[in-house]
Order: sequence, then structure tokens, then C-alpha cells
Amino acid sequence: MDFFKRHFLVALAAVLGLVAVAYVGSQTKLQILFGVAVPYLAALIFVEGLVYRLIVWARSPVPFRIPTTAGQNRTLPWIKRSLDDKLDNPDTFKYLLGRMALEVLAFRSLFRNLRTELRKDPDNPEGARLIHWSYKWLWLGAIAFHYAFLVVLLRHLRFFTEPVPMPIQLMEHADGFFQFFVPAVYLSGIVMVVALFYLLARRITNPSLRYISLAADYFPLFLILGIGISGILMRYVYKVDIVAVKQLALGLVTLHPVVPPGIAPIFYVHLFLVCVLFAYFPFSKLMHAPGVFFSPSRNMVANNRWVLHVNPWNYPVKFTPYLQYEDKFREAMIEADIPVEKES
Amino acid sequence: MAKVPKPSELLPGISYQPPAKGWMDVKPDFRPGTYCNPAAPKWMEWIGYPYPQARSIPDNNWGLPDNWQEIVLQGMEDRLDRFRSLKVFFDICVRCGACADKCHFFLGTGDPKNMPVLRAELLRSVYRRYFKKIGRVLGEIAGARDLSEDVIKEWFFYLYQCTICRRCSLFCPYGIDMAEMTLLGRELLASIGLNIDWAMASVAQCYDKGSHIGATPQAFKDMIDFLAEENERITGITTTPSYNRKGAEVLFVTPSGDYFADPGSFTLMGYLLLFEYIGLDYTFSTYAAEGGNFGWFISHEMGKRLNSKIYAEAKRLGVKWILGGECGHMWRVCNQYMPTYYGEPVNFLEEPVSPITGTRFENAKVHKMVHISEFTADLIKNGKLNFDPQRNAHIKLTFHDSCNTARGMGIFEEPRYIINNVLPEGNFVEMPPNTIREKTFCCGSSSGINASENMELRMQGGMPRANAVRFVHEKYGVNHLGCICALDRATLPTLLEYWIPEVDVTGITEMVGNALIFPDELERTTDLRDRPLVGFEEAAEEDAEEGE
Repeated sequence: MDFFKRHFLVALAAVLGLVAVAYVGSQTKLQILFGVAVPYLAALIFVEGLVYRLIVWARSPVPFRIPTTAGQNRTLPWIKRSLDDKLDNPDTFKYLLGRMALEVLAFRSLFRNLRTELRKDPDNPEGARLIHWSYKWLWLGAIAFHYAFLVVLLRHLRFFTEPVPMPIQLMEHADGFFQFFVPAVYLSGIVMVVALFYLLARRITNPSLRYISLAADYFPLFLILGIGISGILMRYVYKVDIVAVKQLALGLVTLHPVVPPGIAPIFYVHLFLVCVLFAYFPFSKLMHAPGVFFSPSRNMVANNRWVLHVNPWNYPVKFTPYLQYEDKFREAMIEADIPVEKES
Repeated sequence: MAKVPKPSELLPGISYQPPAKGWMDVKPDFRPGTYCNPAAPKWMEWIGYPYPQARSIPDNNWGLPDNWQEIVLQGMEDRLDRFRSLKVFFDICVRCGACADKCHFFLGTGDPKNMPVLRAELLRSVYRRYFKKIGRVLGEIAGARDLSEDVIKEWFFYLYQCTICRRCSLFCPYGIDMAEMTLLGRELLASIGLNIDWAMASVAQCYDKGSHIGATPQAFKDMIDFLAEENERITGITTTPSYNRKGAEVLFVTPSGDYFADPGSFTLMGYLLLFEYIGLDYTFSTYAAEGGNFGWFISHEMGKRLNSKIYAEAKRLGVKWILGGECGHMWRVCNQYMPTYYGEPVNFLEEPVSPITGTRFENAKVHKMVHISEFTADLIKNGKLNFDPQRNAHIKLTFHDSCNTARGMGIFEEPRYIINNVLPEGNFVEMPPNTIREKTFCCGSSSGINASENMELRMQGGMPRANAVRFVHEKYGVNHLGCICALDRATLPTLLEYWIPEVDVTGITEMVGNALIFPDELERTTDLRDRPLVGFEEAAEEDAEEGE
């Protein structure tokens, strides 16, 4: 089996295995395990793992101030810096916040994305030339997925709150605005799944991407797809007992866990995959979410020349001192009329 | 030296289709022309680098120390502890591939391991294997692999096919910077004796004598005096550079490329004319004779060892501040590393003030070092320079932003402002927007790989840059590529000679010097390169005939 198939299939098998475990398990007497123990365990691993990883990162210092500058730097006062310059080469903390906000909320760098191809060009003596063009599809897929996922997550707060806060209700209302189906179809869920399929499709169809992709890239895609699809099935097809689900959810957050009878297995599949996602998060590439805040090429003010950045492990190094150099060349220097410290 | 295939053979041969075998099973193809020779032992001995030994790449045995694996892993652990960047960049990549077609080496070679993401995976896979439980347990399926000699060879091959240009980091949604990983990976290689000769020779020479080219103090002075004489011959103006002069107001530091060879030397002639014109009280130093820093291409420590001489010399000479010449990586180091290397406020220098215009360079108040383009732009803005742009009328220019000043500093407007003042209107055009400014393409030979034995690789890596130059050459008749980088001036002429020989390379200060009107100058019929000015072509031909 080649590299791609091995990594693709292992990830797929892992997620299908998880589905099977939850499906079978929830039909035995282990509902308390899947409905209570696993969620608590997952929450614990998520929090501990996340905190641990952030501490591990934070323990290493940032020896040099190395922002990637993408705009005109602060220089002579009459050289105008546009807002883009200030955000892409932030010279103050204010603009740094702007840069980070754009990065985190709008995926600024991905928005910059280009596609470059070598195209046949008979006019060129070499018969081909490079073409660069703006390519926003990856940005669109990424932003659609992340925001849809966020809305889906927030929407689920209605299961954990009683009464459901007004903002959540409003959001749910907006999300289900297009009432072409009963129950009202949530756009967020659809967008999320479609975006995931796009992200998966590009990974498989683009030869370069397929070449670099690891099981760790397919696994989260399959996992979140599993979550999305099981959620959609639950809402529109299998019609799970919502009242019982909410009872379970409220029980979990109020620390009085109960497992009401009669919840369909598909719910446990959904819940189990979510638990796996949370438990997996701190040990995976999903840490890109907090990681971007730790990225020295993005999170530092480009003020190197007027604010000293101190390297905590800076140490003296050996270099040729001037006098040693002069000792070596003194005669020749005197002969060449180059001033010296000592005449002989 | 390996023969470089012709452009018409090289370009159509590029394929972006990865091989059928998985990347962990593909070994690098050390084809002559695509790699740099390992460092000769004497250079490593000069600077006290470990495991000096004569090595040959085609040899199966690279003569690594017995405990090389231990050294590398210990070195990796050590660097993970000292560089947050490394930890974070190892942990958070999602392999989205946004960086892939941004790398000039990937575009030029089609080798998938030149996609920054995969180049980083070459290191990451070892990190996962030895520093992550999941990699230790699951191995290949977790993207982990053993650290074998083949892996080391692969690192050597691909970490010296990265020019630390940071174009990938610009497009990465998390700012993952291959340059940072390449630098640290090269440190690991150096720790077991693997360095490249071209960079190491330059470092050793600079460490020992004062500049990458190993010029002795008297040779350094000779070269610059010669260029001053050239100025006098062409313009009639006596420029009077001084050396190691105590009490000068300004120490001028520029890369050796500017006095070593054409066309950089024309830029140096430009500096001399400019400083003479404004009467700047400045001195060169034969000791801090190198602005560039090949040490930084080998390790952070070696970068500091070479860089330290600049402040030390400024202190010894008692200058007020430092002026830096046109150079890319020099300014990446000076901007983002130098004050931190020094570690404390540089109190023996003053906040730079232009003695001609009175402008305070507040943006350099800690660094105490001013970029020549900032300095010149300020002079022009204040009306201190009198230009005849017609003297540059034969130059139809496009401007190459050097990667380091673009993505490691952000100096875009100053050189353009100068260009627009020293060229006739309409003689400056930009390359396509996706290939300039922060998105600029590397010359393909930076970071110490401007050797000659890897010429094919250099021509491949520079292909995207040359491609954009060709575009403006054909569309607008561009015949010069301007830059503020001495390494560019050393490498781009070779690149353009290969891809698009109709275009020459010029520094910006060369054009400044060429356009400056001195009150008592000779009547000018040629530029600083002895090429006839527009309107004097016939006179030049007559001269040539008389000469015969």
C-alpha cells in the first residue's frame, strides 16, 4: 500500500472504528460510560492537555524579535504608511493587535494566497512562463469551515442552558432562516460539512498536497465530518429525543449526571466523536488555533531598531578583537597609511 | 564543474508532479550542479568549528563523528528549549499547502521536498520520532521516522536549497517561518561537522581578516582607493575615503560585494561620490570591513561572532553612529538581531542625526545604525542633492525588492523614492505585483549558496525572479534590474546572463552617483561604468576608434 493510501485509510478506519465502538457500546449497558464518563474524561484531557502544551511552549523563550514584515516599516516621517503597511508591519502594540485580530478572525495571510503555475507560452524562448494569480478558494473553504463550526458550537449551548440565553436563540433563529424543510435547516451545519468535503477533496486531488498529507491530516477531517453528519442525521432523519438529550447535557454541566433512557445510538456516536475531538485536540495539529498566538513571526511588534529586545540566554561569544587583528597586520597597515593603535 | 543545461532545456523539464514513492522512501539525488561542496577542514579549524575533515558528497561515508545521532538529538532538544519559534513551528503546521508554490526552489526544481511544508517535515519527522510519544509509538503513520544518515544527507541537501527568504512565512496562516527552521537545522548539521565550503570560507575569512573575501587591510584600502580613482577619472571629482579614522562622525559599513567586483563596485563609487558631495565626515574600517554576515547563514552564534565587530569598531573609533550600505541579509541581521546580540543599550553611540539635514533617525535610536536608502531619501527630500536624471536616461529600470529588506525589515518606499528622483520620468516600471514588495522572489542564491558548483540549482531557484524580469523586459523594454543588496549584485548578473542576458544589474546608489551634479565636475559623457550617456553615443564610438 502506498504512502497516501496508508495514511488515508488508517485515518478513515480509525474514525469508522470510533463510530462502531460508540454505536455498539451505547446499546449495551455501557451508556453511563459513553454518556457520562467519556465526556468528563475528554473535558479533563482537553483542559489539561491544552494547558500543558501552552506551558511547554511558553517555557521556551523568544530569543530574537523576528516578525515577518509585509509592509513599509516606520522610517522618515514623510514616508507615508498606509493602513495596510501599519497592520502588516506593526510598529506599535495597537497595530500588532490589529494584525493578530485580522490573522485570527479573517485569516489575513491565507487571504493573500496566490497560485503559481508554469504555463506553456510559445512567445517565450523557453516555451513556458510562470503565471501568478490570486487564489482565494482555500481562504474561503477555511473561513467557511471555521465560522460554521463556531456557530454550530455556540448553537449547542441551548442544550447546556436553561433558559436558553437570548443571543443563542437569536443566532439559532438566523441560522435557521431558510425554512425549506421541517425542522428548519441550519445553514451552519450544511456549510460546515460542505467546507469539510472541499478541504478533504483538495487534499486528495491536488498531487502535491496528497504527497505531504499524513494520517494526522485526514483524521480530524474524518472526525469532524463524522460529527457533522451524525448531527445532521440526528436532526433531520432519526429525530432523537431532544428532551432526553438536553436532560443529559444539563446533567453533565451541573455535575449531576443522569442518563435518561431512550436516546438513540446515533446520539452516542455523535457525542463520542465530539469527546474524541476534544481529547485529541491538544496533541494534534489542531493546536494551530492557540499556536498562532505564539508565533513570533506574527505576534511581535516590528520595533527592533528603537526598542531593545533582550535575549534571556544571550552569552558572550568569541570574536577577533581589534588589537589581535592589528598585531597581525600592523606593518602592512603602517605602510599603507592606515592608522594604528600601537606603532610597533 | 557540472554543465548547466540551457534555459530552453531546463524550463520545460520542470514538473510539479511528485514521484510515486512516498517521500520518506525517496533519497536525495546528489547530482553535480545541484549541491554545494562540503567545507574544507581549514576553514572550520580557523573558527573552531567541530569535526573538521575533508569530505566528499558522492562518498557514501561522510565521516560523521561516532556519536553524531546523540549530538543532533541533544542539539535539537537544546534548541527546542531555547527557541519558542521552533517548538511552535514544529507543532502547529496543518499542512494546508499554502506555502508550497511560494518557494522559488519548488517552482524552479519541481522537487516536492522544496515545498516549505515538506522541507520542514524533514526536520519535524525526526522531532516527532524522538520528542513526541505518538511518534515514538506509531512511527511512520504518525509522520515520524528514525534519524538515519540518509536523513542527515537529506537535510544537508534541502536545507541548503532554502535561501531563508521567508516568502513561505508570508503566506502561512500561522506565520511558520522556514527560514527559522533552516537556520536551526543548519546549526544541527554544523554540530556534526557538515557545512558548505562557500559559506564557511567566507565566514572564516571574515572572522580572521575582516571581510568575506579575505581582504587584508591594505588590500581593502587599495580596492576602495582604486574605485575613488575611477571616480576621479570619470567625473573629475576627487573622493577622499578614510580608513580606521578615529573621531569621524560616522562609520560606514558595507558588504564586501560592494568593493570586490562589478557591478557592486559601481555602487561603491556611488557611495563615495554621494559622501563627497555632502561632505560627510565618515570613515571606513578595515577591521569591520564586512556588512554582510555569512556567519548568520551557519548559526545564530556565528552570526553574532561576525556582527560583534561592527559595534566594537564603532566604539574604538569613537564615531557617533553607523551608516550601513545596500545589502539584504546584512540588514535582516542588523535590524532583527544586532541590538539583541549586543544585549544592552549601545550607549557609546548617539541617536543618529543627519549632519546635512538635521533629521533625527528616531526609528534607529536604539540600533544607532541608518540604512543608506533612508539616509539618501532624506537628503533628496530636503533638497540637498542636485541631480541630472538624464545621465540615467539609458537605464530603463525595474526594482527587485531583496527578500531580507522586504520581509525582515520592510524597506520599500525609500529606494523607490530615490529611483524616481535619479531617473527620468517613465524610466522606472514595476514587475508584476505578485512578484515584488513583500511578495518578492529571491535571487535564488542567497544564504551562502552563491557558489559555482551548484550553478544549476541557482539558475533553477532564480527562475521565478528572472521570469518576472523577462516580463517587464519584453513589455516595457526594461534593461536594468535595480536592487539594494550586494548579494543580489553578486548573484543576479549570473542569473540574468543565463535567463535574460539583455538585462544588467545595478545598485541604487550607483545611479545616485551617476546623476549627481558637482559644481566643478568634468563634462560627463559616460556613466560610472564608462558607458556613453544618451546623446553621447557617437562621441564614445569616436573615442573607441581613436583608441584603436
